[in-house]
Amino acid sequence: MFVCTNMKRTLLILAVVAALGAVFFWLATGANRGWTRTSVPVKTLDQVTGIEGIEYRKQFVPGLDFLAAALLGAALLGGASLLFGNKQRQTNTKP
Amino acid sequence: MKKTLLALIGLTALTSAALGAPQTFDFKDPKGVNNIVFKLDALLEATQGSANGITGSVTFDPDKPALTRGKLVVAAASLHVPNPMMKEHLHSRQWMDVAKYTDITFETKELKNVKTSGAQTTADVVGTLTIKGVSKEITAPIKLSYLKDKLSQRVPNLKGDLLVIRSTFTIKRSDFGINPAAPQDKVSDEIELALSVAGAAAR
Repeated sequence: MFVCTNMKRTLLILAVVAALGAVFFWLATGANRGWTRTSVPVKTLDQVTGIEGIEYRKQFVPGLDFLAAALLGAALLGGASLLFGNKQRQTNTKP
Repeated sequence: MKKTLLALIGLTALTSAALGAPQTFDFKDPKGVNNIVFKLDALLEATQGSANGITGSVTFDPDKPALTRGKLVVAAASLHVPNPMMKEHLHSRQWMDVAKYTDITFETKELKNVKTSGAQTTADVVGTLTIKGVSKEITAPIKLSYLKDKLSQRVPNLKGDLLVIRSTFTIKRSDFGINPAAPQDKVSDEIELALSVAGAAAR
């Protein structure tokens, strides 16, 4: 009985932490509304020719796909918590 | 006899230099600055990337810029977008098929509407663009900047000139068989290309 209650609570906590963590991470890294990127362009100016060169620096920038996947995962965790009923109260009310 | 021959060769070289003979500029860029940026602005999604595997050569005469001829080659494998899955798709058989079509080329045929002001020349370049094995004749506005004696500023201990070419033009991916079935609200049919390259002619 305690196992069910603890599992339900753990899953719910995990779901909330995952959802909030994903949203916070997405916001903190610039709230990219495009696809997730693993590199970002860095522009460099060639002083002689005036050409703006483009180099790519490795950097993880989560996009909406990352946010959607994380929120889906959180929703699944939250949904899974419903599978565990709260039977502790019923047990305690019995004489 | 030998002295006369050497004198003749020297005289020919000096005359050519004085007359401003055409120079061949090599666009292999050790600094990796040369690039072409591509943009696709669809209704639902915008995609932007670049390529920097550019080589080729252009023959340019500062006194006769209308006679400029050359060929630029872009290594298809150097096409880059910041999303790894998108890049994988871009290089795949359905899109650019970089394993089979390794190069994107542009070869000039002629320059029209040539206007020169100082070291700057603007024109419309007519040439053949080949992407994914499909060749099409296109016309694009072009700006040439001739930077005399500037090579040493870029590559120490090497004297010579630089030629900067800039051009922005639009092509249609359906014209070149780049996944023409892909929905245009997600991947625009029009591709805006912005070319910025510099070539060197050492002396």
